[in-house]
Amino acid sequence: MTGRNGDRIKLATVWLGGCSGCHMSFLDLDEWLFELAMFADVVFTPLVDIKEYPEHVDAVLVEGAVANEDNLEFIRLVRERSKWLISFGDCAVTGNVTALRNPLGDPLTILERSYIELADVNPRLPDEPDILPPLLDRVEPLHRVVHVDAYIPGCPPPADRIRKSLEAIRDGRLPKLEGQDIQFG
Amino acid sequence: MSVVTLTINDQLVSASSGETILQAARSVGIDIPTLCYVEGLTAHGGCRMCLVEVEGARQLQPACFLNVNEGMTIRTETDQLREYRKMIVELLLAEGNHTCSICVANNNCELQDAAVEMGVDHERLEYTYPQREVDVSHERFGVDHNRCILCTRCVRVCDELEGAHTWDISGRGANLKMITDMNQPWGESPTCTSCGKCFMACPTGAIFQKGSTASELDHNRAKLDFLINARENQLWEL
Ligand code: SF4
Ligand code: SF4
Ligand code: SF4
Repeated sequence: MTGRNGDRIKLATVWLGGCSGCHMSFLDLDEWLFELAMFADVVFTPLVDIKEYPEHVDAVLVEGAVANEDNLEFIRLVRERSKWLISFGDCAVTGNVTALRNPLGDPLTILERSYIELADVNPRLPDEPDILPPLLDRVEPLHRVVHVDAYIPGCPPPADRIRKSLEAIRDGRLPKLEGQDIQFG
Repeated sequence: MSVVTLTINDQLVSASSGETILQAARSVGIDIPTLCYVEGLTAHGGCRMCLVEVEGARQLQPACFLNVNEGMTIRTETDQLREYRKMIVELLLAEGNHTCSICVANNNCELQDAAVEMGVDHERLEYTYPQREVDVSHERFGVDHNRCILCTRCVRVCDELEGAHTWDISGRGANLKMITDMNQPWGESPTCTSCGKCFMACPTGAIFQKGSTASELDHNRAKLDFLINARENQLWEL
């Protein structure tokens, strides 16, 4: 089995400011992963060790919100090189847990609270230029930063919801979930 | 009370003259979505989910506040109304902090149900991320203002059904906030009888029962319906 035009689909998954729970749920597709392998090549994903995001990706599921400068730079590259970009999970769609820091103030206030005020030993702010990306002022859902083509809500989205979305992609359609499939949380 | 005849979505409906459009519509099985409305309590007209089109009127009207009239023609399902309802849910989501994944009301929330029904799969507006408090000073209940949609159900149920009038509203506009008594911690309230009616009435996870997890939280709206029915119709049997 292949995609609509007989071509194999180039599928990617990306992990930004999220807990990886959405990717765990992806693995919950269990034996359907064999079906997926019949019509798609997974060309980039945190589940394997590919370093560079490839060109001409057909569809990418992006987990996590845009929380730091690396996320921002990377999501722009991903957007440029992918035909369909899909918000994967509540952090990507709404900011969710990753955005819980937003009401509390700017990044420095939050870092000081976490790493200095609450530190038991060795209070100091994380500071490794070029290794640790600086936090953005505010965590944003993907669609506030780049154009998003479809949404898969859920924290994490259950496997059957992911499967429905991947089946739509296989059939050459953008996933359009409705009813209980668009429930957050 | 005289009987009037009106048309709702091309269907002829008879209603008594004192009824509202919402009551008349629901009595014939036409559902108009609501959030702040609770059958048996004073209408509030705050959430605007029940807006309907009235033929000949320039503005949309809230069905919970509009009385039936002879010969009226009402539409409750149009593309414009559907779009407005979706926008109302998005406005409510954007102006509070609604992280469903950590909410005790998860799967037990009328705002969440409305979002699903209106097809909200993402938020088109910018979140405001207000800084709001959580008050857990009450022995049995807590209030998380981050979840509050300012529907005033708690105010009305506590005043009209329990007779305690512990809850009130303070502030204006974006500073609107539900308060207990003279804006003091709920646990220090001299008027609260700890009856739990505000918890039962709250549509979201704003008022919650202490110690219950997401899967245990049950607002028990049926108990409230029973009390209202008992009061209005003097029917006290379970
Ligand atoms: S949506 Fe939930 S499971 Fe997915 S990354 Fe965010 S917190 Fe983790
Ligand atoms: S518990 Fe009862 S008396 Fe206390 S605030 Fe809620 S409704 Fe009012
Ligand atoms: S606390 Fe609950 S019942 Fe009271 S106004 Fe807020 S959402 Fe409505």
